[in-house]
Amino acid sequence: MEVAVISGKGGTGKSSVTAAFATAGDRLVVADCDVDAANLYLIFNPEHGTGQSYIGGHKAVVDHALCTVCGICESYCRFDAITEQEGKIMISETSCDGCLFCSRICPMNAIKMVRSDKSRMYSGSFRNGMMVYGRLAPGEENSGKLVSMVRDEAKKAAGETGMKIILMDGPPGIGCPVISTVTGVDRIVIVTEPTMSGLEDLKRVFEVTRKFGGEVGVIINKYDLNEAMADRIEGWCAALGSALLGRLPYDRRVTEAMIAGKSVTEMFPDAEISKLLKDIWNKLITNGKE
Amino acid sequence: MRIAVASGKGGTGKTFVATNLFNVLSRRGERVTLADCDAEAPDDMLFFSAEKVRETEVTHQVPVINKDACTWCGRCSRWCNYNAIFYLPNAKVIEVIENLCHGCGACSFACNSGAITEKPVVLGAVTTFSTDVGSRVVEARMKVNEMSPVRVIKAAIKESGDEGIVILDAPPGTSCPFIQTVDKADYVVLVTEPTPFGLSDLKQSVETLREMKKEPAVIINRADIGDGCVAEYLEKENIPLLAEIRYDPAVARIYSEGRLVTQEIPAMASLFEKLADHISEGYGTVGQNIRPTWKWR
Ligand code: SF4
Ligand code: SF4
Ligand code: SF4
Ligand code: SF4
Repeated sequence: MEVAVISGKGGTGKSSVTAAFATAGDRLVVADCDVDAANLYLIFNPEHGTGQSYIGGHKAVVDHALCTVCGICESYCRFDAITEQEGKIMISETSCDGCLFCSRICPMNAIKMVRSDKSRMYSGSFRNGMMVYGRLAPGEENSGKLVSMVRDEAKKAAGETGMKIILMDGPPGIGCPVISTVTGVDRIVIVTEPTMSGLEDLKRVFEVTRKFGGEVGVIINKYDLNEAMADRIEGWCAALGSALLGRLPYDRRVTEAMIAGKSVTEMFPDAEISKLLKDIWNKLITNGKE
Repeated sequence: MRIAVASGKGGTGKTFVATNLFNVLSRRGERVTLADCDAEAPDDMLFFSAEKVRETEVTHQVPVINKDACTWCGRCSRWCNYNAIFYLPNAKVIEVIENLCHGCGACSFACNSGAITEKPVVLGAVTTFSTDVGSRVVEARMKVNEMSPVRVIKAAIKESGDEGIVILDAPPGTSCPFIQTVDKADYVVLVTEPTPFGLSDLKQSVETLREMKKEPAVIINRADIGDGCVAEYLEKENIPLLAEIRYDPAVARIYSEGRLVTQEIPAMASLFEKLADHISEGYGTVGQNIRPTWKWR
């Protein structure tokens, strides 16, 4: 069974919730799909079993010795990546989308495409199972392909070890990497907070999950920051037929545990928040299909 | 001048800083624009009541294939670097998978049979709002179920221009959308949390910015909830710490309701006034590691 924990925006406590789930019960496979800001390894410190490089997108590079500055490439590039500056053709690495169009039409064959291989995927064991995570190199297009690679590796690890549950920490936002994370999973947990922006972002990410993903449940984290807003979010969940999995209080011990390299359920097993998290996790993995 | 307010991970208070800084600068009568470049989760406008001035759809051109004119040569599919053309000549199937298409135009150029035309597909919108004191908010909003916010972000930055002060509320992370936004900035302020997660993301942002030859300054939000790891790192790396903002439930509550702390809490207003002073006077020297003469604790 695959469970994905996501949030419309970052910083709602998604990774801390994932860390608690990962240490709340039986051994499992944890997949950190937030490849742009992978953090869970800081808590789980996996023993690096294997590392693999991920080959990212293409970037166009001009060979000035061959270029005649005819301007054809500039007129066809639709990403405004090519400009002529002081009689030289310049390609902006940040704007180039890697479509290969310019390199195919350059009459002088002056444009080469290079690929970055700085992104990585790691997998190894941690104290409650296996962990797989990806780290996207800065500036890469966050295309979701690395996310798919992490998911495939997690499935392989689950198959090899016989562990039944794969728990994924998803990326923020609603774009391609999120879609890659939720497509085809059994359960989706959206972690939100009781703020206006939390509600707006929840609505948007909910629309995405409805199109691509499985059964959705919502956790309102730090609900006591604004209970009226938490009620509003709860009402909204009910209206859309998505389950409210629970409300979690604001508790500084979550951060304290993180600083100690632990999850809150490990470090403060008797805290109210730990009990709530364990309950939610048990409910998630037991009831319903499978 | 463009200032990007960014954070390695979301939720550290980037929107909080950007909206309140904008509010303070607006109140002073500065010529200021807030560009919400977090196109996957644009929330800045929740904090202002402003009049919509203009909305422009952001589109790209997606191919339309006329099967009757197609000679089944397969060139379009070979030229597409995103696997967006599904091509099965034996079964006479050729289809554009619009979700995968980046609108690069290579396939229509590749087709020698005139079988490909193009149509615009909407990716999102850029909306400009005008506040009652004459400042502007420009919002980039990606459509739900689209794949990449980059084109919408680029369009919003273009719309914001570079007159007066432009504050760019940057998307989280250090991948393409972030780079697109900070690339255009003269000055980058990173908002972080003093926790191991915050530090790990901060390091990644700093390294990325330094590769782009940009020296950021840092604001530590919820300064009292974590440990000293971030302050130590800043010291070691010679990165200016602009401000430390303590966790305060009253602030969190005002923010949660879509209100501005600079309108309601005097201490917060004076913090952001100082930040605004620093930005409108001192930004030119950042990069030579200026230490601000004030610090909020
Ligand atoms: S098309 Fe080729 S030769 Fe012409 S300007 Fe571009 S790189 Fe130079
Ligand atoms: S590869 Fe595509 S996006 Fe990059 S410079 Fe060439 S035409 Fe432009
Ligand atoms: S426009 Fe570019 S990305 Fe889209 S189908 Fe054609 S070649 Fe592929
Ligand atoms: S390039 Fe034109 S003719 Fe060839 S397969 Fe594509 S649409 Fe058909």
